[in-house]
Amino acid sequence: MNETALLIAAMLASGTPLAIAGLGLLINEKVGVLNLGAEGMLLVGAVTGFAVSFHTGSTVLALGAGACAAAVLAAIFGWLVIWINANQYATGLAVSLFGGGFSAFVGVPYVGQKLGAPVTHAIPLLGDIPFIGPALFRQHPVVYLTVIAVAVVAWFFYRTRAGLVLRAVGESPESAHALGYKVRLLRLAAVLAGGALCGVAGAYLSTIYTPLWVEGMVAGRGWIALALTVFATWRPARILLGAYLFGGVTMLQLHLQGLGVEVPSQFLSMLPYVATVVVLVLISRNPIWLRANMPASLGKPFFPGG
Amino acid sequence: MLRLEARPAPSRLFAWASPVLSLLITIAVATVLFIALGKDPVRSLTVFLIEPFNGLRSITELGLKATPLILCSLGLALCFRSNVWNIGAEGQYLAGAMVAGGLALWVTEANLGLNRWVFLPLAIIAGALGGAAWASIVALLRDRFNANEILVSLMLVYVANLLLNWLVFGPWKDPKGFNFPQSVSFADGAAIPRIITGMRLHWGFVVALLAALGMWLFMSRFYLGFALQVGGLAPAAARYAGFSSRSALWTSLLTSGALAGVAGAFEVAGPMGQLTPYVSNNYGFTAIIVAFVGRLHPLGCVLGSVLLSMFLIGGELAQSRVGLPSALSGVFQGVLLFSLLACDTLINYRLRWLPAAPRPGAKAAQAAGATA
Amino acid sequence: MLRLELAGISKQYPAVRANDRVSLCVKPGQIHAVLGENGAGKSTLMKIIYGAVRPDEGSIYWNGREVQIANPQVARGLGIAMVFQHFSLFDTLTAAENVWLGLDKSMTLAEVTARIRVVSGEYGLPLDPLRPVHTLSVGERQRVEIVRALLTKPQLLILDEPTSVLTPQAVEKLFVTLRQLAAEGCAILYISHKLDEIRALCHHCTVLRGGKVTGEVDPALETNTSLSKLMIGSEPPELAHRPAQPGAVALAVRGLSLAKLNPFGMTLADLALDVRAGEIVGVAGVSGNGQQELMAALSGEDTRAAPGSITLFGQDIAAASPRKRRHGGLHFVPEERLGRGAVPTMSLAMNTLLTRTGAVSRSGWINTTAVRRLAEDLIKRYNVKAGGPGALAKSLSGGNLQKFIVGREIDAKPKLLIVSQPTWGVDVGAAAQIRGALLKLRDEGCALLVVSEELDELFEISDRLLVIAQGRLSPSVPVAQATVAMIGEWMSGLWPGNRPQPGASAGSAAVGQNTEVHHAAA
Repeated sequence: MNETALLIAAMLASGTPLAIAGLGLLINEKVGVLNLGAEGMLLVGAVTGFAVSFHTGSTVLALGAGACAAAVLAAIFGWLVIWINANQYATGLAVSLFGGGFSAFVGVPYVGQKLGAPVTHAIPLLGDIPFIGPALFRQHPVVYLTVIAVAVVAWFFYRTRAGLVLRAVGESPESAHALGYKVRLLRLAAVLAGGALCGVAGAYLSTIYTPLWVEGMVAGRGWIALALTVFATWRPARILLGAYLFGGVTMLQLHLQGLGVEVPSQFLSMLPYVATVVVLVLISRNPIWLRANMPASLGKPFFPGG
Repeated sequence: MLRLEARPAPSRLFAWASPVLSLLITIAVATVLFIALGKDPVRSLTVFLIEPFNGLRSITELGLKATPLILCSLGLALCFRSNVWNIGAEGQYLAGAMVAGGLALWVTEANLGLNRWVFLPLAIIAGALGGAAWASIVALLRDRFNANEILVSLMLVYVANLLLNWLVFGPWKDPKGFNFPQSVSFADGAAIPRIITGMRLHWGFVVALLAALGMWLFMSRFYLGFALQVGGLAPAAARYAGFSSRSALWTSLLTSGALAGVAGAFEVAGPMGQLTPYVSNNYGFTAIIVAFVGRLHPLGCVLGSVLLSMFLIGGELAQSRVGLPSALSGVFQGVLLFSLLACDTLINYRLRWLPAAPRPGAKAAQAAGATA
Repeated sequence: MLRLELAGISKQYPAVRANDRVSLCVKPGQIHAVLGENGAGKSTLMKIIYGAVRPDEGSIYWNGREVQIANPQVARGLGIAMVFQHFSLFDTLTAAENVWLGLDKSMTLAEVTARIRVVSGEYGLPLDPLRPVHTLSVGERQRVEIVRALLTKPQLLILDEPTSVLTPQAVEKLFVTLRQLAAEGCAILYISHKLDEIRALCHHCTVLRGGKVTGEVDPALETNTSLSKLMIGSEPPELAHRPAQPGAVALAVRGLSLAKLNPFGMTLADLALDVRAGEIVGVAGVSGNGQQELMAALSGEDTRAAPGSITLFGQDIAAASPRKRRHGGLHFVPEERLGRGAVPTMSLAMNTLLTRTGAVSRSGWINTTAVRRLAEDLIKRYNVKAGGPGALAKSLSGGNLQKFIVGREIDAKPKLLIVSQPTWGVDVGAAAQIRGALLKLRDEGCALLVVSEELDELFEISDRLLVIAQGRLSPSVPVAQATVAMIGEWMSGLWPGNRPQPGASAGSAAVGQNTEVHHAAA
């Protein structure tokens, strides 16, 4: 019983960075920008967060620094893609490649360093309920903030005029421009917000989830987060669900390895990646349904003035 | 105020000048970085830009590193021109390396006593089959299930890496290797013949150049190459003409997978001589940068490969001679690609000084407009 | 006092002087036409008035005071509203949400919804505010645009080519609405190239040609000929139209039914038609009623048709690829020039390879000299103004590129030529050349099928007419026995034996929308 509760708790913790990054990517994609640089932004956020945490001891500052660093990268990405109208795929890849190189370079002095001793968190009273307590209520505050963030983003997109405007921009930037909306500034705002969230996700990974820095420690979570937005058909609540499921898959393979299952550890480590492929296949099978839910201008360049 | 204004026709000059300009920008950034790190910028730039060309050995090393980059980037150029975003060339490279490595191991253990010239075509076939098979998974899933090829091919990179890991930690581990993750060294005949004795440069380099020539002919003079490019530039026109997008998908993925696989085979059977987890130097990803720097053109891919080999070797030299971390070359590659994307706009737009002086009556208009 | 006065407005683009010292005066309550052919500068002028573009020279006066219209918000604040030719609508949002987005922030969504019901009733524009826009027909979408404009209580309403998406009967209803608006004091700028409509509706007309004003007239006192002269500088060219000599059946369509491929498309139901050698069959219809789906099925871009439903000279081609159909003598000119009929960033020479493979050997080797020669030949014979066979397709004007594409297909000596929107966005001179070429081809014995949204064009060149509405085809009628009123009714699905679906043609508007976007790009 206790083990299952711990498994659930691990699932939530493991899924949280995916959820944060996925939420950021959802914001990008809702306005029509496909951000293939997620992996790079996560890496930059991770190395910055670790460095700041290492020097200041403050997790809050670390998360903030991670967000800012990734936002700077997002600003470059946004400028190239929105104003210069560079190819979104190529630019996103450039961000990921650069982020990989940059984080490896900056992180050199931090390899093998340790942060302060990990702190355990628990919500008083709720954390003591048998089973549900250990399962749900003994997480780092960021995990709960993520759930709140998802709710806020959902409310924003579907219940406010500003959210409607952003959805309209993603549907048809030409029409939005014709109506007088500053499409490029709105898209930039979304790109910055999305980038910042990716940075937070990265910083969470390196300061809270596994407090260390190793080159490439993000291990493909940025790409998985991209698959998540497709899986979630661009709805915030489903991002959360998908993230936790993926967290579950990752936990499952560690659990199985721990149980001494007779499969080589490398094959178990493949599980999250294979699971991503399977999910993509299942979701993409119906192109008509996909097209009906996808923001229509996703990935396409926008030229004001025609 | 500086403004971007559309050109009536794309500028031929800038199509060629853009990569050069972006290289200059990268050098400028590098200089700043060197100074910030407290290193002598002139010395550091020399190590990166001049040293890799210094002497016969250095030039052969350039050719050695350029070989896998040329092969991979050729395939990627074809894919990107066809609007098939194969980001997983790295995985196809590893798959080719594994199959060719397996062949070499079998030849070694069966003591076949093969000649290197006999092994060369075998290695090519093995690598091509491995890489193409790995790429065919991506093609199949996109063809049957409409699954996005970017994400699938990337996920398969992680899977290929883990597979290689398992092989060299497990069934293919050299029993006499002191428990290091590496395979038995390949027999002398299970390798690629060298061009100059004493240097590591092998005939795979020539194969790569021939492949570039072949790709150029294919893209510019063959109807199938034309059809693939139309599919990438204007998919509706491709449908109108009757070009099958399915055949474009399979052709570009299988070709690019095969080329990447051959690159992996050459690396494993060439300079490495055994299978280890470090078979790849991230060649599959660097090749993406090469493809863009090379304007997705076969000749450009060759030149871009030499350029990026220079960065890679420069990074290694910088580590040993100037004390800079080799990860720096990764930063430079990223900066190169960014500045290339930015400079590319100058092909279709030009910078103009446009006056932004306030117009008379502007205040009156704003007052009128404020009733909104 | 004048509602709007433009004085000496000029605007220069890199390659062309779009407006050259244009002056215009609009009185309150006046319906003022702006007449000109494609490329005359009407759109640019309207964009300047609406604030989307800044003029290089000249002044604008609003109710007597000089103003600077810096952006659409300022224009809206002054009381200027515009209904674009290419709608600024968001398919997945409701009509009310679309209207709300077009208004400045003062009202809530609920208030807007209520106001929509009031205004649409008042002006005879029935509209359900809660329906998502992608379920609306093209005509209904235009109503959303008009209602959105009316909710801003405009003093000047600009309409850009409003009747291209309407049946003749719907045009009449629109005119009633516009006359009501004008009677209430609203000034109306009516952009069009349709002479009959301008003469029926407008009080005053300014004619533009090549960016300059060539005349200011009272349309009621002019004839089509005199207006034409002002618009294109000469008499409209006469087309020689000999009676048809139909021969063997080239194309036979029987029971063609196709489910729609995308959620915003149109399902085809049980289509039947014949095209004989030596005749031109015209297909009329409002955009979005299945034309695109029918064209894709006939050209081979869609091969899902049931076996036997499409035959070419007796051969079943229902599942044949476009290449096989071309080998059988079927050639096709699509409605989108750039991006479908030609690759924009490739040269004219390479673009011939899309449908002409004579210069390609069995092994796939391309003879580039032969390809260039073909392109040079086409450029000369079809009067294409281009910088040579190496010129990029996107560097040509719409009319010239259309002449090249039509020429490319005619030069292949087809036995059946299918053309979709042959002269959309093409200047009058080129349009006449293209229509002349089609008639010549017919006289030489080729079978032609022409789909067009311009009724005048179809009446001019067709021998027989059909109408497509809601994915169904009407019976055919010889042109001599058809009238505009009758065809107009048929366009609403009201031909004998057919029962139109309730709620007008639904669901196909986005397809029409895509058409317009592609046309705009050309």
